[in-house]
Amino acid sequence: MSPARPSSDTPLIDARGLVKRFGDRIAVDGVDVAVHAGEAFGFLGPNGAGKTSTMRMIGCVSPPSGGELTVLGMDPLRDGAAIRARFGVCPQDDHLDPELTTGDNLTTYARYFGISRRDARRRAAELLDFVQLGERAGSKVSTLSGGMKRRLAIARALVNDPDVILLDEPTTGLDPQARHLVWDRLFRLKRRGVTLVVTTHYMDEAEQLCDRLVIMDAGKIVAEGSPPSLIERYCTKDVVELRFGDDALEPYADKLEGIGDRLEVLPDRILLYAADGDTVAPVLYGRDLAPSGVLVRRAGLEDVFLRLTGRTLVED
Amino acid sequence: MAHPSVAVLEYHLVSYRRMWRSTLFSSFAMPVLLFVGVGAAVGEYVDRGDALPVPYLHYIAGGMLAFTGMQVAITESGFPVQSYMTWDKVYHGMAATPVRVADILAGHLLYIALRVAAASAAFLVVMVPFGAVGSAWAVLTPLVAALVGLSVAAPMFAYSASVTGPYLMTVMRFATMVMTFFSGAYFPVDQLREPLSLVAYPLPLWHGVELCRAAALGTGTAWPVAAHVGVLAAWFAGGLALAHPRFVKRLAT
Repeated sequence: MSPARPSSDTPLIDARGLVKRFGDRIAVDGVDVAVHAGEAFGFLGPNGAGKTSTMRMIGCVSPPSGGELTVLGMDPLRDGAAIRARFGVCPQDDHLDPELTTGDNLTTYARYFGISRRDARRRAAELLDFVQLGERAGSKVSTLSGGMKRRLAIARALVNDPDVILLDEPTTGLDPQARHLVWDRLFRLKRRGVTLVVTTHYMDEAEQLCDRLVIMDAGKIVAEGSPPSLIERYCTKDVVELRFGDDALEPYADKLEGIGDRLEVLPDRILLYAADGDTVAPVLYGRDLAPSGVLVRRAGLEDVFLRLTGRTLVED
Repeated sequence: MAHPSVAVLEYHLVSYRRMWRSTLFSSFAMPVLLFVGVGAAVGEYVDRGDALPVPYLHYIAGGMLAFTGMQVAITESGFPVQSYMTWDKVYHGMAATPVRVADILAGHLLYIALRVAAASAAFLVVMVPFGAVGSAWAVLTPLVAALVGLSVAAPMFAYSASVTGPYLMTVMRFATMVMTFFSGAYFPVDQLREPLSLVAYPLPLWHGVELCRAAALGTGTAWPVAAHVGVLAAWFAGGLALAHPRFVKRLAT
């Protein structure tokens, strides 16, 4: 029933002009995406950007309202079950049964993929060890911490040994230790050749995990590339953060005119974007500006993100 | 390879293994207490006037078996369905796998049919020492109860899957109350004056009561057996026709 596995040249996920409407609201507005085998691909965007809606269409649980979508060389509308059989999904809100044990959550889920009871038990034990929950095999999910539940949800996404794993905000709400453990496990999967598709609004997560990503805003893709190429394209190499111990920063901004490529006035500091941050400080003092604090740092994905999606708070 | 709906049934059975003790009271002890209490107390009064051809306790036994099935089915297709759809989103977890919406529905309804059959079989065993089983046809009553269960569970699935407000409990209570008083479990419906007696005929429980009473006592049914079964099947089919698109819609958004 399922066609042969696509070659590495053929995208595993190929979306063209993908649209998702909920009534009058357009959640995804003409998205073009191609994800190849073995890639770690990210959807980066603020809340409400359309990341989860896109993921749910790719995961064949929500039909597209428009555009073309091919997944694993198949049509999601016609071959949804066959596509889902080769996917592992870690949704944003876990979808675990809090009253079952961690082991039962995995074994019952494995059965949905037609895995025998014996293999399901063996696989559950292996996966609980993989996410460092081996000692909690008999614990009810309701007794686990948020980080443990997340790791369990990731383990569950691996129960069918999937070709592609969809992770919707895999580390949101986790403490730093738990986040690093999740990243470590995702790295290991990537090394094994598993294709990862991740949504996140954490820049460090995108930089850590993704070979390539798209930045989404208001349902559209506003930029695409590898994290370094995006920084190179949309930002300078360095960012100089200047503090003046003063609330009124506009007069300082006027005096900074012409230094660096671009500047941005924030409530507590001025950001000066420059190719070489170290050359900025001497110029400042030459203009009779004496900042109370100067921090020169490398530009990151967050600078690109805020430039492209703005600093205005986006509500869901 | 097991059919996906069987995998869904297995999930519900594993889940039930964790909580079966808490259902013993509502699914078994309470109906039995009601049966013995009402049967003995009201029966004492009714039997004085020889209003019925059989002792009152025997008269209500088959109907109460069907009523038990209806009650288990309504309970199981109310808050659990709402929770799987809205809170824990267990259904969403299933929908991300090769399991289809039809499998989700089939597996869950099959589980409810098994729960109803088990509860009514236990009730049937209790009926024996009270002399309320007068026919070998009584062995079919758990199957009839399971059909009654499906006939109320399917429309409840449609409602529970789509309601997000506080109305679920109200609807469950109202449906249970109407069926309790207008389905002839405790008295013949022709005791009610028209048009009140007409309320009974469309209700699935009345058909279940008629079938179970007839099977338990070895008597005839008000309508032909096929007509009673047909109405129950129609409720089930109609409920499925409403539930499936609602599940599809909710699970896709």
